[in-house]
Amino acid sequence: MSERRAPAGGSMPWSVRLSMGFVALFVLFALFGQWLSPFDFRETSLLNRLEPPALFTGEDSPYLLGTDARGRDLLVRLAVGAQISLIVAVVGTLISAVFGSLLGLIAGARRGFAETAIMTAVDVQASLPIIIVALFVLAMFNNSFILLLIMIGFTDWEGYARLVRAATLSAKEQGYVTAQRVLGSSAARIYLRHVLPNIFNIILVKFTVSLPLTILLETALSFLGLGVQPPMTSLGQIMSEGRDRLLNAWWLTLFPGAMIFLLALSVSLIGDWLRDRLDPTLIEGRRA
Amino acid sequence: MTGLVLGKIVRAMITLLITVTLVFFFIRLSGDPAAALAPPDAPPQVIEQYRRAMGLDQPLPVQYFNYVLGLVQGDFGYSIHTGRPVEEIFLARVPATLLLGLTALGIALVLGVTLGTVAALSRASVLDRFVMAFSVFAFAMPNFFFGILVILTGALVFGVFFGGTGGIANFGQVLAPAATLGLASMGSFARFTRSSLLETLNKPFMGALEARGIPPMRRLLRHAAPNAAIPIVTMLGLSLGGLVAGAVVTEQVFSWPGVGQLLIRSVQTRDIAVIQFSVIAVSFTMTLANLVVDLVYFWLDPRIRRSGNV
Repeated sequence: MSERRAPAGGSMPWSVRLSMGFVALFVLFALFGQWLSPFDFRETSLLNRLEPPALFTGEDSPYLLGTDARGRDLLVRLAVGAQISLIVAVVGTLISAVFGSLLGLIAGARRGFAETAIMTAVDVQASLPIIIVALFVLAMFNNSFILLLIMIGFTDWEGYARLVRAATLSAKEQGYVTAQRVLGSSAARIYLRHVLPNIFNIILVKFTVSLPLTILLETALSFLGLGVQPPMTSLGQIMSEGRDRLLNAWWLTLFPGAMIFLLALSVSLIGDWLRDRLDPTLIEGRRA
Repeated sequence: MTGLVLGKIVRAMITLLITVTLVFFFIRLSGDPAAALAPPDAPPQVIEQYRRAMGLDQPLPVQYFNYVLGLVQGDFGYSIHTGRPVEEIFLARVPATLLLGLTALGIALVLGVTLGTVAALSRASVLDRFVMAFSVFAFAMPNFFFGILVILTGALVFGVFFGGTGGIANFGQVLAPAATLGLASMGSFARFTRSSLLETLNKPFMGALEARGIPPMRRLLRHAAPNAAIPIVTMLGLSLGGLVAGAVVTEQVFSWPGVGQLLIRSVQTRDIAVIQFSVIAVSFTMTLANLVVDLVYFWLDPRIRRSGNV
């Protein structure tokens, strides 16, 4: 933990640079992509259904990336979809990280009953793939955006809890915690002010490793028709609408699919690189 | 050792009981199941009748007790739509999912471990880089997108249509969905095998074996492989969840008539009894699988067997 590899200048591999470039481009597209198109993402046009992408056919048409089965412009839909997918993924991963880390910190700090209870909850969560939990919850309650966010926020909390608990346990053995205890600091002060910043790298690395998983979860749920609901849209939802027209309107599935894949790929490459730099020992072997 | 195994079994049972309890309370929390079942314009008397038939007029603890008792006795309830017992509907779908899942796991394990071994033995070569790149690709590729690409390639290039056959009679039809489902696990297996084998190969005892003149193949198979296998077994346990989740999506993409498709359809039609049974069945399978993985762990690693700490 304390030993860091020196950040040698120019040591960043080209794959990571490329990934960072793509993520930046993706975020820009999600923020401002709507301005590239004169249309609204809900605007249908019966006369322009399933127009092929003008960018490829070279035709003089305002639909640069084509239209869907209801004549909606794909470019603007992709921008809005990217925005929603990005928001859900980042907020969902943040919820997991904060909730899981706090529980892990408590389990590591308190031991005893709190630890047993938290670790049992971890076992329960680990026995059910999140997509099954999501299907169950979405069947029971009316599907809403907030519910989806909370569901996705529960994706990986147990991973953080396990990791942070282990890190807290090993941090407790170190001199600085004993020193703080001798000085009479309160438990909250020791763990929040001293232990947490010391193990923060681990949480950060875990965050970048689980972010692509969250992206894939949201798009998969939306693809199944159980995630983001119309009139809102997301990359997975656009794909699911295009699935039935795979052979005559390839652009409806290939563009959003490629965007999801490249985003998940870029974020995992950045995550791998960060892991190697920040924490060569603790995270190794933790990636599921 | 026996105590450790018993402890694992007790923990697995507690996990299951908690899941079953959570499912019960979630269903009660979501509103009145009787009102959800009855037609929207049903008079209050009919809803009341439903409620009595389902035992919903009794106090919550009694309902909970009857529910757990029913589960233990094998009474899992009936589908709203077909009226058939849910376990019958569910079990009819299991063979298709097992065929898909086991084929996927087989492909992932055999190809993943082979790729990882090749990469570890030819460290830092072009081959090694290729395997590592493949594992990142497999991790980031959404299985629904890959499935669509497979269907598209099959249709446009080879003139074969994968998916939509509605049956599992043709074994060739399982390969495309199984490869799609197994892709992510294959990448993880390759990555794990590589790092685990590299770590083992760098251990001093490997050098000692070489000094004693043991041939390379024997060193690899008899000495390195058992040591390197332990993290791979852990990986196997971890990948089961991903396989179950992936099966839901893959079955949908390839119109594969398995449990995943049943689950999606039940969610769309709010067939609560079927969903409840599916969730409990998945949790049971996963808990059992994790237990088996733990036991295999004990069997593989004599150190754990003797000392008793994991």
